Amino acid sequence: MNKSALSHALPLAAAGALLVVFPFVGGKFYVDLMVTTMILGIFALSLELLVGLTGLVSFGHAAFFGIAAYATALLAPQAAAASIAWLLPAVLAITTLAAAAIGALSLRTRGIYFIMVTLAFAQMAYFVFHDMKFAGGSDGLYLNIKPVLALGSVTLLDLDRPLTFYYVTFGALVLVYGLLAAVRRARFGHALAGIKANEQRMRAAGFSTYPYKLAAFALAGGLAGVAGFLYAVKDGFVNPEILAWHQSGTVLLMLILGGIGTLRGAVIGAFLFVVLKELFQSEALFGSFARHWQLPLGLTIIGCVALMPNGITGLPSQLRSLRTPVPHAG
Amino acid sequence: MDLAVFLVQCLNALQYGLLLFLVASGLTLIFGILGVINLAHGSFYMIGAYLAYALAPWAAANVGGGFFTALAIGVVLSIAFGYALEWGFVSYLYQREHLQQVLMTYGLILVFEELRSILVGDDVHGVAPPAWLTGSVQLGDVMTYPVYRLFMSAVCVLVALALYAVIARTRIGMAIRAGASNREMVQSLGVDIRLLYRVVFAAGVALAVFAGMIAAPVSSVYPGMGNQVLIISFVVVVIGGIGSVRGALVASLLVGVVDTFGKVLIPQTAGILVYVLMAAILLWRPEGLFRTG
Repeated sequence: MNKSALSHALPLAAAGALLVVFPFVGGKFYVDLMVTTMILGIFALSLELLVGLTGLVSFGHAAFFGIAAYATALLAPQAAAASIAWLLPAVLAITTLAAAAIGALSLRTRGIYFIMVTLAFAQMAYFVFHDMKFAGGSDGLYLNIKPVLALGSVTLLDLDRPLTFYYVTFGALVLVYGLLAAVRRARFGHALAGIKANEQRMRAAGFSTYPYKLAAFALAGGLAGVAGFLYAVKDGFVNPEILAWHQSGTVLLMLILGGIGTLRGAVIGAFLFVVLKELFQSEALFGSFARHWQLPLGLTIIGCVALMPNGITGLPSQLRSLRTPVPHAG
Repeated sequence: MDLAVFLVQCLNALQYGLLLFLVASGLTLIFGILGVINLAHGSFYMIGAYLAYALAPWAAANVGGGFFTALAIGVVLSIAFGYALEWGFVSYLYQREHLQQVLMTYGLILVFEELRSILVGDDVHGVAPPAWLTGSVQLGDVMTYPVYRLFMSAVCVLVALALYAVIARTRIGMAIRAGASNREMVQSLGVDIRLLYRVVFAAGVALAVFAGMIAAPVSSVYPGMGNQVLIISFVVVVIGGIGSVRGALVASLLVGVVDTFGKVLIPQTAGILVYVLMAAILLWRPEGLFRTG
């Protein structure tokens, strides 16, 4: 392993080790918050595949998070614990198919159109669950019994146990991170990066770009489905607000907070978002003004995008380029 | 559905479509000419409605004239506000990527919503229409239709005609049309592009605020009212084609008809139909009905 790969892998391993021991040192509240953070991290990672790698700005990514959460609550039987072995694949298949369908239409457009169209389709998904009887309307649905993974009569994983759920979520985060790291190295990932850099040139080079973009969109939707599944199981409750358009804005915000274009940026962004939200909502710090927590959040968004467009992971290089004088041409 | 009901629904569809046009026309011009995706456009509609709520009693007490004085003050304020916002905020977005524009204007929405919550509170308020517009007209034997809604439609038609006249007949309208089809070319031909941007943005804000103000007596005034309008306006812009005011008009009326009759004929799917319409148009014409440039 050369030096630069080591400098990449070490902080990652350290962060992983911290997450492994965290349940033994953190209080119940913070462990719960960390589970939420990891679920949001998976969600942000799935969008990073679209925004960071492929250059497709989707403002409707919450749709797939929400579709997966609803699919989990709808498919799980009321009276018995569902088996993860069939529930998770079924949920991911539904979510990936939905993403493929929405992607097939949205990818006919580009630029500003694509942003608006993905937002509109996500809003359509919102109304499907909000207006249809089967989904419980604005009240939402309950997932009464959490799924388990059993082999014969031996229960391997019971998601009702908080510690088990913590490590399952952690495992999912590691798997998604690893999968996306592999995608970036694969020919598929290079093709997506090429589409981001210059789609015309990719087409001229003989790539039919549409299938690549569609595959990326479907995969990103499916991975958002992993986060949606975990979210539904964690709270045992889903309602239409989880696919409201604010959620799509929030996950984009996580990406830009952490820094677009790297996987660790997405996870760090999710962590920063949770910290900021807890901070601004803290009544101990802001008293009754904590009710208006979206005001400091909005100002923070504007400030962050204006001052550090490359996010927190891009800050060192941004500062370096400030110090280095720009050489004069000629 | 008998004739009178049908007629009432037609009037509703027309009124809703025309109102949408006021919001969407500004949005489409800001996209087409400034190249900025402005998520905060729905907030201007919300601000308009709250202005109508706040200004009408004040105007009645201090200036006289009630609703219409409030309307006039609101339009003047909104032009000044739009001008200042372009100068102080939006002009920094032109050189940035779409993603950054999306997030910065999204941040602006949160700021506007919370300021609204701090200044006015989170309650739902009604706004009284002017006294002489409160009655209803008889339609057929049993149906009546509120005069204020007819008045709204008439005002929207007047505004649409004025907009058409400005865009089709004046010098600045010529620059706007040229800017929508090729921004760089207009710039290189010596048009003062900064002024054009500022005027277009201020006009867009004024149109959305005006729409919010005249809609306030019908829709009442409530938190989050701008977001619904924003997303439907996006649908209108996608259907009509970015930068096309004519496209925005056709698409607004289409959305008005589909939404209104959808709610009457198939109430279960009311929320979804407009998006199905958008999907169908995307299959047929991905760049909208009247794409310019």
